[in-house]
Amino acid sequence: MSAADEADAQALLAGSCPAPAEGDRVTLAHGAGAGASARLFDELLAPRLGGGPLDERHDSALLDAPEAGARLAFTTDSFVVSPLEFPGGDIGSLAVHGTLNDLAMSGARPRALSCGLILEEGLPLTTLARIAESMGAAARTAGVPIATGDTKVVERGKGDGIFVNTSGVGVVSPGRELHPKLVVPGDVLILTGSLGCHGAAVLCAREGLSFDADIMSDSEPLPDLVENLLEAVPEVHCLRDPTRGGLGALVHEIAAAAGVELRLEEAALPVDAPVASLCEILGLDPLFLACEGRFAAFVPEAHAGTALAALRSHPLGRAARCVGRVEPSTRGRTRVVVETRIGATRLLPLPAGEPLPRIC
Amino acid sequence: MRYVDEYRDADRVRRLADAVLAEATRPVTLMEVCGGQTHTILASGIQQLLTERVELLHGPGCPICVTPLETLDLALALTELPDVTVCSFGDMLRVPGSHGDLSAARARGGDVRVVYAPLDAARLAACEPDRRVVFLAVGFETTVPAVAAAARWARDRGLCNFFLLVSHVRVPPALELIASDPERRIQAFLAAGHVCTVMGTAEYQPIAATHDMPIVVTGFEPVDILQGVLMAVRQIERGEAQVSIQYRRAVRDEGNPAARALIDEVFEATDRPWRGIGIIQQGGLGLRQEYASLDAQQLIPTDALPQPEEPERCRASEVLQGRMRPPECPEFGRGCRPEQPLGAPMVSSEGACAAYFAYRIGDVEDEIASQDPAREAQA
Ligand code: SF4
Repeated sequence: MSAADEADAQALLAGSCPAPAEGDRVTLAHGAGAGASARLFDELLAPRLGGGPLDERHDSALLDAPEAGARLAFTTDSFVVSPLEFPGGDIGSLAVHGTLNDLAMSGARPRALSCGLILEEGLPLTTLARIAESMGAAARTAGVPIATGDTKVVERGKGDGIFVNTSGVGVVSPGRELHPKLVVPGDVLILTGSLGCHGAAVLCAREGLSFDADIMSDSEPLPDLVENLLEAVPEVHCLRDPTRGGLGALVHEIAAAAGVELRLEEAALPVDAPVASLCEILGLDPLFLACEGRFAAFVPEAHAGTALAALRSHPLGRAARCVGRVEPSTRGRTRVVVETRIGATRLLPLPAGEPLPRIC
Repeated sequence: MRYVDEYRDADRVRRLADAVLAEATRPVTLMEVCGGQTHTILASGIQQLLTERVELLHGPGCPICVTPLETLDLALALTELPDVTVCSFGDMLRVPGSHGDLSAARARGGDVRVVYAPLDAARLAACEPDRRVVFLAVGFETTVPAVAAAARWARDRGLCNFFLLVSHVRVPPALELIASDPERRIQAFLAAGHVCTVMGTAEYQPIAATHDMPIVVTGFEPVDILQGVLMAVRQIERGEAQVSIQYRRAVRDEGNPAARALIDEVFEATDRPWRGIGIIQQGGLGLRQEYASLDAQQLIPTDALPQPEEPERCRASEVLQGRMRPPECPEFGRGCRPEQPLGAPMVSSEGACAAYFAYRIGDVEDEIASQDPAREAQA
């Protein structure tokens, strides 16, 4: 790092918990280890991300061991999203919610998160501060500390502003078993909320599409809602959140893993009006747009009522409803059938690649 | 959603289907012209309600399907030129030319951008004067006014770096071709509402009269299509052959005169090759002399391009002209699938083969499975 860079870095990171000035940016110096990089952590990141084990600044975070018979769940995910900020969230809160939700889907109560940041030279420090603030806030709201982390800086042009990796550990209570393979004919498919808001919000923000009604991402932490459900109905067979590929991809995966036929009821699929109109105009199917704050639960039919009541008693599950059911496979074929609004049936296709807007 | 839900109402749909079955005294075969209609028919399962009494055949109305391989090859070659940006609607990105598609060209470093309106491409050219911006202008009459507006916008501003790679097609000449087929299976057309919103119905009158074919202009929701089917069946039952409009909420007889004038200013009818069908007389639109400076063909010598080759086994020509339904093609679901399409109708999501594959492949697999033991038994 040049002396000038060092001086710049010192100047802009002077002060106790500074709000960076407009115009200050990530430089390669912030990735160099000592000096600017330590200050970036101490003064910009830690106050926003910290609380809990991160403040210990150990090489590893130390967590209490789970009770006898419980198991640990451990997951990791990397987040690259353009734009970094969108209505209803940003890459920071998304990275926290994404990993918390992955833990929750395996029935785990999240205990701690890690946070790896890959910063591109030139990223405004104000943006970084906003994202870190939002990450920290998301973690605090969920009551799960960001326990450890790492920051690297790459040269301009080699990143997309910021990439975020989050890993998480959680504890699965004794006896809790959730798995796609456990899904059996007779299960119903319950969905906790409307489809496609996250995918649609990001698409609008990315392509600069302005819409009469604002479409907000549904990005939310799900562990609480999951606990509500699993405490009321321990018999749940499988949980899954429809992230990339949306509910459409999810049902195909489950059908294949469980060797069953899934039947979705078109008229029951919840889609908010603004998302539905955006999809109409662009020729997209909301079934295949990502959600970041919804999940699908496969529940034995006898427990469906209890499950719905448990979900609806929580703010994130108010709109929970039954959208499909599981049937035996026909001739060993595991497929997804849609019962259309008009009472006919069709297959649910699995589109290749990202959804692309059509021509007319 | 207002204007949409009422056209998807299950009770209305069933009542209309019952009326069709009650009024059709003998089996009829209709062709829906547009890929959007095909999509609705298969996605909502309308054919199941109509049973075998009314057969719906799918027409040539998928603009992606009929865009010639040469045009795609040219677009791909343009992405390799320095300072050239190729803009297109999203769904063109995955249509393969002879050597890969535009999304692959983008991955190789070509500057390929998705736009939502042709004017966005023209604006891009204005913002980036150092680049040559080419808009891949495909589609039926519906998309042409927006392209014409972009052309005029660019010319009014004296932009020298905006170009159009034009492959626009016109529906009426294709219908004329299908109607005059001596082996024709169909008794009426369900014409595409969007196209008529712009063009009106005048061009359809001589086709209906000469070939004794009812033509009903319909919308794209299940209720629209079934109302259209009912209107067509009534005409057939009465021995009439008129152009009528089901899609009254959007279409007027005279179309949209302002949009038509805009098209006329920039484009003129020309013979054009349709992928899978061949050259259709007056089947396309080309830039008028006054706008020839926008023609992207001048950026690249066309004889430098490889000869495009279509796989022989593909029966796209018969599918697009309604002589064959996709599952009747021997390659359907066997050698030809969306991941590895043999022909254009399997590529575009609005293509008839792709729509069948998406929504009905199960039936075909059942058929293939039930055929195989029989074949074994014969062997
Ligand atoms: S199924 Fe494939 S090979 Fe057959 S006509 Fe359609 S695109 Fe061509």
